[in-house]
Amino acid sequence: MADAPAHVPKAAAPTGPPDPPPPADVTAPAFIATLHAAVPGGVTHVSYWLGDWTLVVPAALILQVAQHLRDAADAAFDFCSDVTATDWPPRAEGRFDVVYCLYSTRHRHRVRLKVILGEQQPLASVTGVWPAAGWLEREVYDMFGVGFTGHPDRRRILMPEDWQGHPQRKDYPLEGPGELLLENPIEWLKLRQSREQADIE
Amino acid sequence: MDTPVIHHGAMFDTNELVLNMGPQHPSTHGVLRVVLRLDGEKVVDADVVIGYLHRGIEKLSENRNWTQIILLTDRMDYVAAATNNVGYCETVEKLMSLEVPRRARYVRTILCELQRIASHCLWVGTHAMDIGAMTVFLYAFRERELILDLFEEMCGARLTYNSMRIGGLPLDIPPGWDKKVLEFCTIMATKIDEYEELLTHNRIWLERTKGIGVIDGPAAVALGLSGPPLRGSGVPRDVRKDEPYAAYDEMEFDVPIGTAGDTYDRYLVRLEEFRQSLRVIRQATEGIPEGPIVGKVPRLIKPPAGETYHAIESPKGELGYFIVSDGKSTNPYRFRVRPPSFCNLQGLRTLIKGHLVADVVALIGSLDVVLGEVDR
Repeated sequence: MADAPAHVPKAAAPTGPPDPPPPADVTAPAFIATLHAAVPGGVTHVSYWLGDWTLVVPAALILQVAQHLRDAADAAFDFCSDVTATDWPPRAEGRFDVVYCLYSTRHRHRVRLKVILGEQQPLASVTGVWPAAGWLEREVYDMFGVGFTGHPDRRRILMPEDWQGHPQRKDYPLEGPGELLLENPIEWLKLRQSREQADIE
Repeated sequence: MDTPVIHHGAMFDTNELVLNMGPQHPSTHGVLRVVLRLDGEKVVDADVVIGYLHRGIEKLSENRNWTQIILLTDRMDYVAAATNNVGYCETVEKLMSLEVPRRARYVRTILCELQRIASHCLWVGTHAMDIGAMTVFLYAFRERELILDLFEEMCGARLTYNSMRIGGLPLDIPPGWDKKVLEFCTIMATKIDEYEELLTHNRIWLERTKGIGVIDGPAAVALGLSGPPLRGSGVPRDVRKDEPYAAYDEMEFDVPIGTAGDTYDRYLVRLEEFRQSLRVIRQATEGIPEGPIVGKVPRLIKPPAGETYHAIESPKGELGYFIVSDGKSTNPYRFRVRPPSFCNLQGLRTLIKGHLVADVVALIGSLDVVLGEVDR
């Protein structure tokens, strides 16, 4: 895996991690086969790298897959470790990778789910399956602007409520919204109002 | 005889009261704000507001090179900075498939456990002070000082250590340091009994902690609690045992669990963790092998393209790092921390419903949150 992946052209912005399929001598855990059978089309790609299994799940089926993985006896992923996202702006078909890191306290194994999501595309919230996802999804919304449907409390969590933009996006400047805000807030407000006016017109 | 029927007139109407607590409140351990909806003195609902200490560490890290990030991870859980360093370095080592020498893994284990004791000292002190026991605070800080001295000798700093490097350690342990660590273990073992004498059978302590914030095992797992709050509910989940890192696979220790899942059991679990940590430190210090302290690390750290998630057991719970490398630049493409305090704090709303305002303070202390880590 040390070589650069072949499908990423040199000197271009990266379009996503390679997600290599499992090598021939690694057998997939049984719950992946059960998931294939229980939710047809629920997994579009299976990847194995550095001992981690990653399943790519279509956005429309995330709730069914989550429900199955929590309830099936051979999976029993009852602990939602983390929900986060990665922004890949050059990708035309889907800008965000929403990543769920799951753990099973019964079988002590892990899996990662990955949903590839377009910029305006909503995603069903998994708070009904794992209440732990509540704040984590709020953070993904705050930092990336991913819209979760069915979330009980969809507010920003780390940034102020009236903040503009989503800081973890790759096109968001590191220095923040600009120096004008700090140096001359009145001018900044005027500029923002004129922009809003232009938007309305 | 009929009991008189009391008609609540306008004068006796009860209204719900909204009370704001924090962000500048001494018992919220930093800048936590809790908006409480009260019925009398009972909490009906609560809104936990965070973000006052948000510094954008994830965004900053995506613009620093791989070695510079170690310094930023110090600033998350600043009372257990070495644990953060270890978690980050191990994640990068996993990405690069680097072998870490056994000596370095042993020293990491010692530092992690010293850090756990220091963090728990701070917790037992502040938690007891919130509830009204002042003495424990002074006792616990006395022992924390000894650990800070050990860290100062090891890495030159007392709070933000920057004590790890990718592939191993920046420096070997100073001569005689291991003897001092063993001396500390002997001192600390008696001090834990002192804390227990002050608290464990103290009537006021029992009244304030027993049956407060009860959560059962399955509910705690579903809420994403980890670390002592999860083990207090009887779930034997410890990353050190389940997915061993550093040298924990060679160490012998027990994972204490509670039964009731209340504030008192979380207290007992942490106190037992003191003793188990001492056990690990003794084994690691006595068995520290000779050898190099840094593995074969390339001059320019540039992990291959890919992503990984790696978790360790910080004093607060499961500390996970999700890092994506694009394989071309010298900084991570995506740097994400799964802070245990953040996920534990999410459970506060569930825990405090139906309790009194004074218990809110006990419960914030019981979850042991550090706002630097919650807000990053």
